[in-house]
Amino acid sequence: MLGRIRSLAVSQEKIVLLIAVVLFVGFSVFLKGFLSSGNLVTLVRGVAILGILGVGMAIVVIGRGIDLTIVAIYAMSAAWTLQLASLGVSIPAALALGFLLALAAGVINGVLIAYLEIPALFCTLGMASLVYGFVHYALVPLQVVYLPASLNAISWIGGGFVFGAPTPILFFALISFLGFVFLRFTKPGRFIYAIGDNVLAARISGAPVRPIIVLQYGLSASIAYLAGMITATAVSSMNTNVTNSSLVADVILVVVLGGVGLSGGRGGVRNVIVGTLLIGILLNGMTIMNIEYTLQNVIRSLILLAAIVIDSIVNPRDEQTAQQGDI
Amino acid sequence: MDNVIPVALLVALTVYLIWTIPNFASLGNLSDTSRQLGEFGLVVIGMTIVMLGGGIDLSVGSSFALANLTALALINVAKWPLEAAIAATVGVGALVGLVNGFLIGFLRLRAFLTTLVMMTLLRAIFELLLRHYSVRIASSDVDSDAWNFIGSGSILGAPVSFVVLVVVATVAHVVLSRLRIGWRITAVGGSRRAAYNAGIPVRATVCLTYVISGVLTSFAGTLYAARLSGAGPDTGLGLELSAVTAALLGGNSIGGGRGSVGKALMGAIIVSLLTNGLVRLGLESGASSMVVGFVLLLAIAIDVRWGKWRHKLRARVYVSPTYLALPPAPRLDEVSSPFAINDRLRDVDIIGLGEVDGPEDVILDEDDNLYCSVRQGEIIRFLAPDHTRREVYAHVGGRPLGMAFDRDGGLVVCIAGMGLYRVDKDRTVHKMTAETNRSAFSIIDDSRMRLADDLDIAPDGKVYFSEATIRYGFEEWVVDALEGRGNGRILRYDPAAGATRTVVRNLLFANGMCMAHDCKSLLFAETWGCRVSRYWLEGPKAGTTEVVIPDLPGYPDNINRGSNGAYWVALAGTRTPSYDLAMTMPAFRRRMARRVAGDEWLFPNVNVGCVVHFDGKGRVLETLWDSAGENHPAITSMREHRGYLYLGGVTNNRIGRIKIDGADPHWTGPSSYWGDRR
Repeated sequence: MLGRIRSLAVSQEKIVLLIAVVLFVGFSVFLKGFLSSGNLVTLVRGVAILGILGVGMAIVVIGRGIDLTIVAIYAMSAAWTLQLASLGVSIPAALALGFLLALAAGVINGVLIAYLEIPALFCTLGMASLVYGFVHYALVPLQVVYLPASLNAISWIGGGFVFGAPTPILFFALISFLGFVFLRFTKPGRFIYAIGDNVLAARISGAPVRPIIVLQYGLSASIAYLAGMITATAVSSMNTNVTNSSLVADVILVVVLGGVGLSGGRGGVRNVIVGTLLIGILLNGMTIMNIEYTLQNVIRSLILLAAIVIDSIVNPRDEQTAQQGDI
Repeated sequence: MDNVIPVALLVALTVYLIWTIPNFASLGNLSDTSRQLGEFGLVVIGMTIVMLGGGIDLSVGSSFALANLTALALINVAKWPLEAAIAATVGVGALVGLVNGFLIGFLRLRAFLTTLVMMTLLRAIFELLLRHYSVRIASSDVDSDAWNFIGSGSILGAPVSFVVLVVVATVAHVVLSRLRIGWRITAVGGSRRAAYNAGIPVRATVCLTYVISGVLTSFAGTLYAARLSGAGPDTGLGLELSAVTAALLGGNSIGGGRGSVGKALMGAIIVSLLTNGLVRLGLESGASSMVVGFVLLLAIAIDVRWGKWRHKLRARVYVSPTYLALPPAPRLDEVSSPFAINDRLRDVDIIGLGEVDGPEDVILDEDDNLYCSVRQGEIIRFLAPDHTRREVYAHVGGRPLGMAFDRDGGLVVCIAGMGLYRVDKDRTVHKMTAETNRSAFSIIDDSRMRLADDLDIAPDGKVYFSEATIRYGFEEWVVDALEGRGNGRILRYDPAAGATRTVVRNLLFANGMCMAHDCKSLLFAETWGCRVSRYWLEGPKAGTTEVVIPDLPGYPDNINRGSNGAYWVALAGTRTPSYDLAMTMPAFRRRMARRVAGDEWLFPNVNVGCVVHFDGKGRVLETLWDSAGENHPAITSMREHRGYLYLGGVTNNRIGRIKIDGADPHWTGPSSYWGDRR
């Protein structure tokens, strides 16, 4: 039985990959301009941020958590960095303070979840509202913050090119690689899988469960800050309203679609990349087909719905280790 | 207890807001607040019902917006009649709930993520429709008095939406707390598996909660449409967060099983006062999100920690040992003492060895059949004449303890955890009583019977039975021993009136009950008091109690009649000097209960007991021991029958039988009570 589930879990990733390939081939044949190198770069670049956030989310999801704060941290910490820089704070100090804000939010998440044992879903949902509200109330009064001239020195982060490739794509590649190495080859990475698989067994085996959970959320917050700075420097502004958008659902979408089981312990960075590419191809194709944005949203949501239905069939919830109130 | 924090919060918040904001309590502001509260409260009630069933509904914000738009599009643009439009809007809400419910209830998806995705999906659909309808809605005008009345009218000074909320809350409260479906929702939320095993259609019940939430939310959206007649991209944005916050803050539990409409309303009032107050305090845009987020985290933290700590807290506060000085125990090693240890029980005959599990009480009918009450919740019968054939006489459930035959040959049984039951001669089981009058100033509810222990029946048919303790269940008897407090009582059930009354209170583990031979008084045993007492039913001392044997060497259990006007009492265990000393040191026992694991506690000795034979004046005639502990060291019950004594024990795997010298060979229990009917 277990073997069958395993093989199915593998096949979900393959199915998604297959769909991506079919769509890619289909769009290449039927959509004019889809296969041009310029469009392909646009395609990947368009979802690079989603992919980076997806890696952060995947680290948490593999440890049987979820981080709904990720988009709030992404938007608000970057916005504060821009705000600080425009107030005349030096670049390193602005970057450091923004990063500390993100890290603090992540660590608070981790502590509340690991030590106070608040369910991750509720904790990060409440923290998203708290982070957004706090930064707006106390630090960044405006909805949209523009990149001040003083930060032009770091505009290469999101707007530069290396060997013709836009830096967001390179950052996506770098984060994916680092995430892969962390999850696959480091001790904390293996502990995350153990915790995601069976938290009680991990605790009994001596894994430092609580510090590792704090680490998960700290990492996802750090990655969110990086993604935020890439976005801010790429489009020369940060719109904090993105916190209230469906971006967080999209991040979950790429993670789940790729085959990272929401019940934890399964999947890896490769799944995130596959999920991200599928979404990228879809969005790009729909844009070329001139489908209006709101309808694209409906289609994306339907795909996400289908993805979690499939996820629950392929990775059924373990009734033995499921907790009462684990919703 | 659960409501203390929210109520305190509500009072503090109200006082603060009235104090800081001028005109906060003015009629106009209250009316505005209560009109918005009407809409919000409906959503929170829906959320509470979903949470009670163990789920969560994050799609309410988008669903609310969609309902708002649907109502406006149908009434303003399509010009539908009001009733049809409202019905269709509610239908849309029900459909949304059905989709949620199908995915979560029947496909068993995770509630949180599914409704999160539904939230984005519905929001996307809403935005899609909004682009097509917003201008047409804004440019059209509705001329309907009823629609305006719903939006801005009042009934007896209260806004319509508030009146709707009151009606819906009342109905929801009755449904949740009084009707079967409400109990089912609570049961599913409390424990899915147990609910499934109990035969509740879990999946359909879960599905239903989302449909209810969808209906209530769409109704709230309709009220909102009537009030504002407009829709924008931020309609209902963040509503799910406020609703979850309100439901949790009111004291409803994540994960289900605990919650009520009252709590939902309390949470809704707090959150709407808070957001309203923040707006009126003139705080900037982010403050509201910040406060809602903070309050949500606070509410969850309280809920989670309260859930984890309440049992620990209860264990700390609940067990309260008291000072109990027993009279000196009689010596057991002096031959002259009537309690002197002997080995007269060594040669008992063994009945049903290994076939019975804990025969707490044994009884024989006039046809010599032997009955015993065992741990599996059954009355086992060994058939006369040799008691080798065994059958399940009746399955009564619970833990049956003391038994007695009534005038018609029905077997009346005390069942721990259930109450007083009767097994008729045709083996059908009936409940006689399970509750009594509640004490006026008791904090714990003592109207239910937790540990009905033993009974006896008066000639007029009234059943006198003991409840060992009102504070603990059968498995926790040792904690009651630790308390040494008068938690037991004697109850009287009058079958003619069908009424149960408490007759004597504050007994130290009221246990064995026995009608005196003259039926003018009732003998009863107090286990932790190590004494047998008498309660006068008639005569000059009627209604009073007096001690008959004050200083038993052990813990008395059942008392039964014997031949020649004597009585038998079983001692379930022997007193030890160390435990007697501990009973005079309540602080020591309290420390032990708090700091030492339960299986390390100082226990009363219940391993070796005996049978004591005494007369109506309390003079001990003889004592039967098994000094070697080979066949029958532990005894909780005994019955004399035709010259033999039958022995039962609550932890034994056998029933004993021994011939009594000098006993009337024709005497039986039933004939002693009801005369010889043959």
